[in-house]
Amino acid sequence: MRRDGMFAVAKDQLDPLICELAHDGYTVIGPTIRDGAITYDEITSAAMLPRGWTQETDGGHYRLKRRTDDACFGFVVGPHSLKRYLFPSRLKLFSVTRDGQGGFSPDVEPPPAPKYAFVGVRSCDLAAVAVQDMVFNSEMPDPYYRQVREQMFVVAVNCAEPGGTCFCSSMDTGPRCSAGYDLAITELSTSFAMEVGSERGQAMLERVRHEEADANARHLVDLMMSTAAKHNMGRSLDTADLPEILMSNLEHRQWDQAGNRCLACANCTLVCPTCFCNNIYDRTDLSGDHADRYRNWGSCFALEFTYHTGGYIRSSRRARYRQWLTHKLASWHGQFGTSGCVGCGRCITWCPVGIDITVEATAIADDVRESLKRHGSGTKTEEADV
Amino acid sequence: MSTSLSQRPPIVTHASLPMVPTMARLIDRVQETSNTFTCRLEFVDPEAAARFRFYPGQFNMVYLFGVGEAAISISSDPDDLSSIQHTIRHVGSVTFAVSRLEVGDVLGIRGPFGSNWPLEACRGRDVLLVAGGIGIAPLRPAIYQILKHREQYGRLILLYGVRSPKDMIYREEVEAWSKRRDFQVMCTVDYPDPQWIGPVGVVTSLMRRVRLDSARTSVLVCGPRVMNREAAHSFLSHHVPEEHIFVSLERNMRCGIGQCGHCQYGPKFVCKDGPVFSYDSVRTMFSKEEV
Repeated sequence: MRRDGMFAVAKDQLDPLICELAHDGYTVIGPTIRDGAITYDEITSAAMLPRGWTQETDGGHYRLKRRTDDACFGFVVGPHSLKRYLFPSRLKLFSVTRDGQGGFSPDVEPPPAPKYAFVGVRSCDLAAVAVQDMVFNSEMPDPYYRQVREQMFVVAVNCAEPGGTCFCSSMDTGPRCSAGYDLAITELSTSFAMEVGSERGQAMLERVRHEEADANARHLVDLMMSTAAKHNMGRSLDTADLPEILMSNLEHRQWDQAGNRCLACANCTLVCPTCFCNNIYDRTDLSGDHADRYRNWGSCFALEFTYHTGGYIRSSRRARYRQWLTHKLASWHGQFGTSGCVGCGRCITWCPVGIDITVEATAIADDVRESLKRHGSGTKTEEADV
Repeated sequence: MSTSLSQRPPIVTHASLPMVPTMARLIDRVQETSNTFTCRLEFVDPEAAARFRFYPGQFNMVYLFGVGEAAISISSDPDDLSSIQHTIRHVGSVTFAVSRLEVGDVLGIRGPFGSNWPLEACRGRDVLLVAGGIGIAPLRPAIYQILKHREQYGRLILLYGVRSPKDMIYREEVEAWSKRRDFQVMCTVDYPDPQWIGPVGVVTSLMRRVRLDSARTSVLVCGPRVMNREAAHSFLSHHVPEEHIFVSLERNMRCGIGQCGHCQYGPKFVCKDGPVFSYDSVRTMFSKEEV
């Protein structure tokens, strides 16, 4: 039976939890430090977590910093998200071999999908998985994605200290995890407050030392979360009527501003936990009798992304930036009924020139809203189809 | 309106692996012009052949071993499923490799994908088809269907523009159509040769020669981007209802199932929401550059 409510778990129980997950055959993935950033990697003990570290983020800026305490999860998201495990940057879809009679036969065995347990997943990233589900796990499911998705175990972490580029509370995706986890941790000064999100999570909780949390702990978690949401977000975005405004102002001068600064480097699409565009191509061996069909991450910032017989559809960087931003904040609603942005702030942090999605969208929206107020409705917007 | 996703024919592919193509054999090949040919294909697996159906305007992903895939519209009669025809102009690596295939060779097919020409909605109306170059290929299945049920439609008109007379594809069929009393066919070329006695100019210039009963006309358009735009706007100015102007669009496509993102057009995926769109469904993006 799944038990509702909150449990107090001592911090030294994190290591047994990781061991129990490994014991069940999970490859345990958690935050680690590599190349001066918090990155996801395989972990075998709680000692591998970046304990006592936090980060300083801003547009085009990311630095790890020592904390004054030794919190286990005192940082927020790094450049990695669950995307790299569910939708790997490079995946062999299938192989094809010539059959010697002019034909070929595809190997239809689905590729083996690892069984992952993710530790330290933030609310924005769980929301991002729900967004990518609509792409890869809907009417024509991607078999690899579906399998990893179905067998994964999630130990989520609520963000009490959002980062400098975070705006999940604007996107209604955090900072508290609301779904998609098996266990969710809120780190208090001396212990973890743990919530259970599934039967599997419940079973796992039973295998570590825990007790019912008292009313004070519950109250404290509520307070920490509401404070984080209200006062600690580094960025914010007013999303009311934003899809309509953006789609009806595709010629706004602000697009030139961003387009002039954008390097079309594709960093934002690589770190974005929801970006799903990809390229599919064949790799043959030297004999020419065997081909592997691969899927790589693609990016709408690449010029060749829209190449076809008639040339490039989006040849200017302005158009490519506009495509990316309007897709995230506007046309995603038309495609999937939700925003494509979860407010994790990665695209701001990892943009080499510090272009800020919240600033760009707000500049257009404020200008249009202001002008509507001055001239009455209908003067500045054409009809929008989002 | 074109058919919704759930009403469309099943996609013939491996059930568990949507990206794996099904083998088909080249059984015949007709050279249409110097760079365009029509190939007839037959599924190697009879079960796949039995399952395969399509609607006019839909496309397949055609796979060449070791080369890759390209989205190609189906140009044969949906009622004749003994073979599938694709009319292909060799411009890229895949289409060039297909052009080098010989009868008996095998390629891969995934499909059919996409929306279709809304022939149901055209019933009882005049149907005007505008084709530019190879844009006639996805219209040909619609022409077959309308001619088969000719009494269900009003006037039938084809405006067909090509660069020069030698670039005309389906030449014999077009000539046969033009001899029918119930099918008005007009062709134009950009660059005439000495034998050409027809009109010269872009295909939209032929519209002057057609008397439209705008309110009861449905227009099906397929050609290069500029032609599509010119044609749609011209019909709008002639007061053809927006929801009766249908345009088939072309974009880079890698998957056909809305997962690769390349074919996005505002909130639409051309591979599954299109390629056939009614003008009113793409109005806000249609005249914008680089969307």
